[in-house]
Amino acid sequence: MSGIPHDHYEPSSGFGKWMHKRLPVIGLAYDTLMVPTPKNLNWWWIWGIVLAFCLALQIVTGIILAMHYTPHVDMAFASVEHIMRDVNGGPMLRYVHANGASMFFVAVYVHIFRGLFYGSYKAPREVTWIIGMLIYLMMMGTGFMGYVLPWGQMSFWGATVITGLFGAIPLIGEPIQTLLLGGPAVDNATLNRFFSLHYLLPFVIAALVALHIWAFHHTGNNNPTGVEVRRGSKEEAEKDTLPFWPYFVIKDLVGLGMVLIAFFAIVGFMPNFLGHPDNYIEANPLATPAHIVPEWYFLPFYAILRAFTADVWAVQFASFITGGIVDAKFFGVLAMFGAIAVMALAPWTDTSSVRSGAYRPAFKWWFRLLLIDFVVLMWVGARDTNFPHDWISLIGATYWFAYFLVVLPLLGLFEKPQTPPASIEEDFKAHYPGAAE
Amino acid sequence: MSHADDHKGTRRDFLYYATGGAAAVTTGVAVWPLVNQMNPSADVRAQSSIRVDVADIVVGSQITVKWLGKPVFIRRRTEEEIAQARADNDAALVDHLARNDNLDATLSADDQNRAMDDTGEWLVMMGVCTHLGCVPLGDGSGDFGGWYCPCHGSHYDTSGRIRKGPAPRNLPVPVAEFVDETTIKLG
Repeated sequence: MSGIPHDHYEPSSGFGKWMHKRLPVIGLAYDTLMVPTPKNLNWWWIWGIVLAFCLALQIVTGIILAMHYTPHVDMAFASVEHIMRDVNGGPMLRYVHANGASMFFVAVYVHIFRGLFYGSYKAPREVTWIIGMLIYLMMMGTGFMGYVLPWGQMSFWGATVITGLFGAIPLIGEPIQTLLLGGPAVDNATLNRFFSLHYLLPFVIAALVALHIWAFHHTGNNNPTGVEVRRGSKEEAEKDTLPFWPYFVIKDLVGLGMVLIAFFAIVGFMPNFLGHPDNYIEANPLATPAHIVPEWYFLPFYAILRAFTADVWAVQFASFITGGIVDAKFFGVLAMFGAIAVMALAPWTDTSSVRSGAYRPAFKWWFRLLLIDFVVLMWVGARDTNFPHDWISLIGATYWFAYFLVVLPLLGLFEKPQTPPASIEEDFKAHYPGAAE
Repeated sequence: MSHADDHKGTRRDFLYYATGGAAAVTTGVAVWPLVNQMNPSADVRAQSSIRVDVADIVVGSQITVKWLGKPVFIRRRTEEEIAQARADNDAALVDHLARNDNLDATLSADDQNRAMDDTGEWLVMMGVCTHLGCVPLGDGSGDFGGWYCPCHGSHYDTSGRIRKGPAPRNLPVPVAEFVDETTIKLG
């Protein structure tokens, strides 16, 4: 499976040989586990394992919660309370599932920004990157629909606002919105189908994760230097790599342990910290909460959605040249999805010949600004839209697009990068002069 | 097997296209019911019109009723609100159409084209923000003394017209009529 030369599975037992001739599944597992991995990977590379763990955790706790939950508008809210009060260990299961979503998104954001800094998206890993973006989109869909299921006020009004986004698309928007809702407004039909899809999508994500792993096992991992593993021969490749098992498995499990300490501190001592108290009020279609706030992990993109109001010149220009088809509402929707689309385009907008940001002095500053921008957008997404928040979100949204569409293309042309090391082995020896061969 | 000098196409080509076409049509026919089941079911579609008793609404107050799963605002406006709404006919409006399902769709957004009666006392409209569907707060909220949507800060005036914020259209007026002195029929 791997493009880096290494030892493949050779069956030794009688059963192993028998099986290998018929279905080489042990060989597949062996080659996956023993994949040559750059030996200089730093701690930013542990988040893949954390993500795989999160997916498994969410699927297991989710299947269990579905045994006690009722997807009906009259019973959903009560069935969640039933889980909290009556089901054995119910509160723990529900809090692990609810906060598990937050851990999942923390991990995916670190994982994405690691890829953005070390240039993991660049050739030949574009397909890995695109699949990753699809997984991220699916995660957002799954997280959103999961938040609707408890049928609290935030569930209901979040669902109303987000399905309303699709209604903003010209011509086909309203039929699509009706198709999503199953009626003129969010109601029982909506809750039922969201439950069905919330159960389905994690398995689609699992399939995409398999493709994601397959893709980067084929190209080989990126690494902090951005220098490719030498693959002229097995001996040469072994100077740059170590097998995934046991070296990186053990290291990643240490990282996972640290993350889980923080996770269970939250689950045990402040399980509702990341939720909104209004979601403990049952959904009421006749009263909007004073302030609708999405879950924290949607806030940066929510801020971008709200940033483009009718008085922004870019919106007026878009409206003018399309003859009014693109109004402020549709522009906001385009901006929100566009913010993710420009990330997916990074492999083609980044013109720099140097892969890793560690050797790009100017890039480092623009990247740090992007991190700050992300945090600022997250903060402003939870605020109201009055001055100065409208300006902050507009500036933040503009920089987000500028980073991917202007900064990345221009930096490659004007920046003077440092010279990366000739090989991973050279870099490794420079860091660990006394290390064993 | 080159067809470079055979421009007429072979029997095999025909079979390819016929099979491909039949497969596409069959797939489409099979998939459509799987998609269409997500559209509103018969019981949802069957929601007919409702009658609302408005005898108890005093001047300067409003009620919210649920119709087709959505809130409808029925407001009995004060003299000041009516005067303000009519004075604002000439203000800088975002949406210049009346959005009144009882009248011609091309009529201007003058308050006279939105209120139910000639005096302008009764204003009936969907309580659904035209931005992303939240329920705006009433009773003189917002910068223009009408409604204010707390979700993304859209301000509506005393005629329910969008004046400021991200919403693109005025609050729509549903099909409504007085069936007697104190009863409004919606739909």
